[in-house]
Amino acid sequence: MTRIFETPLYPYTHVPDQDAVAPVRHKVVVIGAGPVGLAAAIDLAQRDIPVLVVDDNDRVSFGSRAICFAKRSLEILDRLGCGQPMVDRGVVWNTGKVFLDDAQVFAFDLLPEDGHRRPAFINLQQYHLEYHMVERLQALAAAGKPVELRGRHRVHAIGQHEDHVRLEIETPDGPYSLEADWVIACDGANSPTRRMLGLDFVGRVFEDNFLIADVVMEADFPTERWFWFDPPFNRGQSALLHRQPDNVWRIDLQLGRDIDKEAEKAPERVIPRLKAMLGEDVAFELEWVSIYTFQCRRMERFRHGRVIFAGDAAHQVSPFGARGANSGLHDADNLCWKLAHVLEGRAPEALLDSYNWERVWGADENILNSTRSTEVITPKSEASRLFRDAVLDLAAHHAFARPMVNSGRLSVPCTYDDGPLNTDDTTALPARTRPGAPAPDAPLGEGWLLGALGQGFTILAIDTDAPERVIEAGLEARTLRASARDNPHLAARYLGEAGSAVYLIRPDQHVAARWERFDAPALRAALRRAAALSTQEALA
Amino acid sequence: MNLLNTRPNIADADGFFAELVATHEELSAEASAALNARLVLLLANHIGDRQVLSEALQAAAMSARAR
Ligand SMILES: Cc1cc2nc3c(=O)[nH]c(=O)nc-3n(C[C@H](O)[C@H](O)[C@H](O)COP(=O)(O)OP(=O)(O)OC[C@H]3O[C@@H](n4cnc5c(N)ncnc54)[C@H](O)[C@@H]3O)c2cc1C
Repeated sequence: MTRIFETPLYPYTHVPDQDAVAPVRHKVVVIGAGPVGLAAAIDLAQRDIPVLVVDDNDRVSFGSRAICFAKRSLEILDRLGCGQPMVDRGVVWNTGKVFLDDAQVFAFDLLPEDGHRRPAFINLQQYHLEYHMVERLQALAAAGKPVELRGRHRVHAIGQHEDHVRLEIETPDGPYSLEADWVIACDGANSPTRRMLGLDFVGRVFEDNFLIADVVMEADFPTERWFWFDPPFNRGQSALLHRQPDNVWRIDLQLGRDIDKEAEKAPERVIPRLKAMLGEDVAFELEWVSIYTFQCRRMERFRHGRVIFAGDAAHQVSPFGARGANSGLHDADNLCWKLAHVLEGRAPEALLDSYNWERVWGADENILNSTRSTEVITPKSEASRLFRDAVLDLAAHHAFARPMVNSGRLSVPCTYDDGPLNTDDTTALPARTRPGAPAPDAPLGEGWLLGALGQGFTILAIDTDAPERVIEAGLEARTLRASARDNPHLAARYLGEAGSAVYLIRPDQHVAARWERFDAPALRAALRRAAALSTQEALA
Repeated sequence: MNLLNTRPNIADADGFFAELVATHEELSAEASAALNARLVLLLANHIGDRQVLSEALQAAAMSARAR
């Protein structure tokens, strides 16, 4: 097996910045080359915004980390030019099953409709995801895009100034200093940046321990998410089994509160546990074993002057719901077009405050869902356990209780209802494409709607006319014409009962405004609003 | 408040009460609590209306006797 997580993919090199007399100024420095920092760097590079990524490591992440990547993340990765290799490598799944004891109580289908390019989820080891992102970033650099990734350049001090940020960087050749107009801190849950700036990170810690094992085995379990409450092989606790590529399987066993972590991690304890679950004669090899406890928390604000936090550095959730890396990708998606507009002088800094508003909103939704799931899985009080068990007992007999069996509400993108960039909706068009919503995909010609949207603002004109482009105060929106005749998916998602529609879609593919027909003054106003050029209320 | 019907609504109140108690007969305190939890969920689903359910939860919480 190729041990991709042991290979330095972006080894340390000595760069001219280290020998400069005065600190060199960069436009954007991204701290951390995890999934979120890499997404931000690729996005900015594609927009021709010079970006430097520094990471204290020189390779992809190791250990048991994210495996489930949701449809919306794949759509973002498509826009970033690296979705396809991940889908090719990943295992596709749509079905989840929940068992109580040894009987199935509930099954769910995450994508009950067709007409989407991407599946509801793929499973892919985080190290594979990061590998393809690094590959994409390096391809952009090779093609002349202004992006650079420096391995083993660790940020060890940070200072905020009026018009820039100063970074002290530690390397194998000693320290040097850098300046940046803007910093995106994507340095993970223990974010040194957050700590160095003395910022808060409050929330809830769950006390239950989980044994997470990735095992390599030939097994014929189906490609589904299997979750057990109180299984015979882990009495009184929960368990999860999920397939990854390369015959790797994720196993997650709840262990309870007061345990001896070191003892539980030892192979002589782990192997019998796994055998009890998988069967005595299933041959397997351990790839990783670790013990986790989980947290749900976020920073109060994600923007602090010229330092903007994204991903786990800004918010952390339990893995039940696969909302960690997925929501971090939504952060990068939301932030980069805004930062590019500000840097190009096309939008005011207030646009960055809308990042704070929208992604705090998203983090709260994710934390709410993840906390609720975690409470079901690890009930915090006797009453909570009583009702949880009642739901499970009823679910075996009655349909109504099955949707209450919450073993993780899996990541979906949030809709920025009442978001500061939205224009009020006065149409009767379908609710799912209301302002603030992520534009749902649909077949279009030979390809797909989302693939046709491009990197800027789009005017989607369905069965009605609109000018080829609209330019307003330095902002540009290009028109994409489409017909919903003979396209029932587009009709259902974007027209409903109406005969035509015009959508203004943001560069991150969220709907900003919509009408039944093209209305030039309304569109111009909506475009200004979507770039924070005319916000009525102050953004907090 | 006031979607929740708190006026007498069960035709055979004594009979219902007796049946409720009889269902719990010979159950341990633990089994009894579990049965009640299942009962609450079944009834809640039958009612369905979130407003009524919230009012019922509040009414139940507020009618505890000080001890
Ligand atoms: C068991 C488990 C299962 C999970 N399952 C899922 C899942 O199925 N789906 C999902 O979406 N999420 C899942 N997650 C969450 C997911 O792993 C994280 O949300 C994700 O890694 C966050 O990405 P990030 O880029 O924000 O941070 P990280 O991946 O933590 O990256 C931070 C980077 O910053 C670098 N860094 C740190 N300090 C410095 C410094 N001082 N200078 C320079 N660089 C620095 C680090 O080297 C690292 O590369 C899971 C997590 C766990 C633990």
